[in-house]
Amino acid sequence: MADIATQSDQVAGDSSRPGPFRRLFLHNLSAKIAAIPMVATVLIIFVGCTIWTVYYSFTNSRLLPRNDFVGFDQYERLFATSRWNVSITNLLLYGSMSLVLTLTLGFLLAVLMDQKVRFESAFRTIMLYPFALSFIVTGLVWQWIMNPTLGLQGTMRGLGWAGFTFDWISNPRMVLFALLIAGLWQGVGFCMILMLAGLRGVDEEIWKAARVDGIPTWRTYISVVLPMMRGVLVTAVVIIGSGIVRLYDLVVALTNGGPGISSEVPAKYVYDYMFGGGNIGQGLAASTMMLLTVLIIMVPWAYLEFGGKGRRS
Amino acid sequence: MSQTATMSGAPASAPVPEAGPRGPKPKPFFTPKRIIIYTTLVFFSLYFLFPLYIMVVTSMKTMPEIRFGNIFALPSALNFDAWGRAWTSACTGLTCNGLSPGFWNSVKITIPSTIVSIFIAAVNGYALVNWRFKGSEIFFSILIFGSFIPYQVMLYPLVMITREMGIFGTLPAVILIHTIFGMPILTLLFRNYFASLPQELFKAARVDGAGFWRIFFEIMLPMSLPIFVVALILQVTGIWNDFLFGVVFAGTQNLPMTVQLNNIVNSAQGTPEYNVNMAATVLTGLVPLIIYFVSGKLFVRGVAAGAVKG
Repeated sequence: MADIATQSDQVAGDSSRPGPFRRLFLHNLSAKIAAIPMVATVLIIFVGCTIWTVYYSFTNSRLLPRNDFVGFDQYERLFATSRWNVSITNLLLYGSMSLVLTLTLGFLLAVLMDQKVRFESAFRTIMLYPFALSFIVTGLVWQWIMNPTLGLQGTMRGLGWAGFTFDWISNPRMVLFALLIAGLWQGVGFCMILMLAGLRGVDEEIWKAARVDGIPTWRTYISVVLPMMRGVLVTAVVIIGSGIVRLYDLVVALTNGGPGISSEVPAKYVYDYMFGGGNIGQGLAASTMMLLTVLIIMVPWAYLEFGGKGRRS
Repeated sequence: MSQTATMSGAPASAPVPEAGPRGPKPKPFFTPKRIIIYTTLVFFSLYFLFPLYIMVVTSMKTMPEIRFGNIFALPSALNFDAWGRAWTSACTGLTCNGLSPGFWNSVKITIPSTIVSIFIAAVNGYALVNWRFKGSEIFFSILIFGSFIPYQVMLYPLVMITREMGIFGTLPAVILIHTIFGMPILTLLFRNYFASLPQELFKAARVDGAGFWRIFFEIMLPMSLPIFVVALILQVTGIWNDFLFGVVFAGTQNLPMTVQLNNIVNSAQGTPEYNVNMAATVLTGLVPLIIYFVSGKLFVRGVAAGAVKG
């Protein structure tokens, strides 16, 4: 229909019939001009810059990018660096805990919110407001709360609970849990909102049917509703997962990688080597590894979502 | 599906009183189940509210109060000294001008970035829905996939590009970067919105001979106020909260508020003044918080937009 409209317009506008060249370039000319920013972003930034980074991660670039090809040297050096190994271990540990807990708590809270509770919007407002705050604010507040002398630990000890220990940000073995508390605080509300939207999308008839069959509520949630929410779940995993890989600001604000290097993450490694250490090749290799991580999350999702062609709504 | 329909249809049509305690009946409010639900919700609410309380309370205390009191205690008086210090004279390691320069830098970054990114995304969405051209959907798909690429992957090439353009370390560079990285989500938002508008309007305008821009400005824009508000909330909070792009691209003269806040708290020398730190933190969080509390449901719509595919 739209095509007919455009054609009739063209016949009315300029009487010459468009050839193949003109059809490709001049047809809908203003639309194409208007789409230049998008096309440029896609081609130059998302495709071009990514390829550039991957390509130069195989070079011996230090202060400036150089076209001096060294194969996998940067990667060998990367995996021989203890800071990088700590970073990826941290990302793996933090990431899996954060993903599982965010999804579980998000789902749990959404289920609770779905029980026709009073003050639902108040609860929702309270749970989502941290999501409006930046990671810097989040990190700094929790840094203060976890301050070993004057924060929660000091207060509890001052109140007479001498054995109370909450020194997670200065304890190398617990620091990831400190990050986790702050990260969950910021992100669980968002996950809850997604899950709640998913729950509300489940047909009321399903619930009636389950009730008639005498299936307990918790069983219905796990065996019937959860599989039906597959779309929302997958989306939540992808969004939360790619957020975890990017984790940077929160670490900078809460621990700055410390104590020592015990809370370093890959994104911080990349930044420090590119802009602080003057070792661009290392930074590029590390960022390529980050890209690889995201691809490992994304490709199965893309396959599931878009594998069957023509599934559009 | 048909099975569930018939099964649920049966009891609805014949409301036989079931044997036993099941079935609809007026419930007392304090059932054990209710108590568990509300206790859990209140417990989590406390977890979510706790940092906000601590942040505000600490910012109003004096340093002796902080040192000798406990973290839960209310301040002895409503005292905004720390707020004033945080605003005008807190030290960031190099200078002692407080947060106010950072605030104004953030304003200078946020306003143009928001306007430019929303305008471009609106045009994108409109072109994608109403003026499809060869390959437009492919570009859109790559755009959406691109939004999942870690920023660090594109960071260094972008530094080089902005340096070539001669804008590295200036406001235009940050604006450009925010426009680029805001594009996927905003384009998705506008594309979905324009796709939900009746196509007859567009066709009628087209038959009447209106062109690309005329339809956009005179028909599409006036109808898309709600989605503009959603996009505005999304961008203002997102750009305000940004740290990475500010620190890399803005240059030392234009560091946004989040960066200055982090410098005040984490790289200041001397004895830390926790009340000033918390006041600075509250001040930085204030803009997104106000937007959040004022906008209510629209904020929810904004953050859920990325999740709801069109």
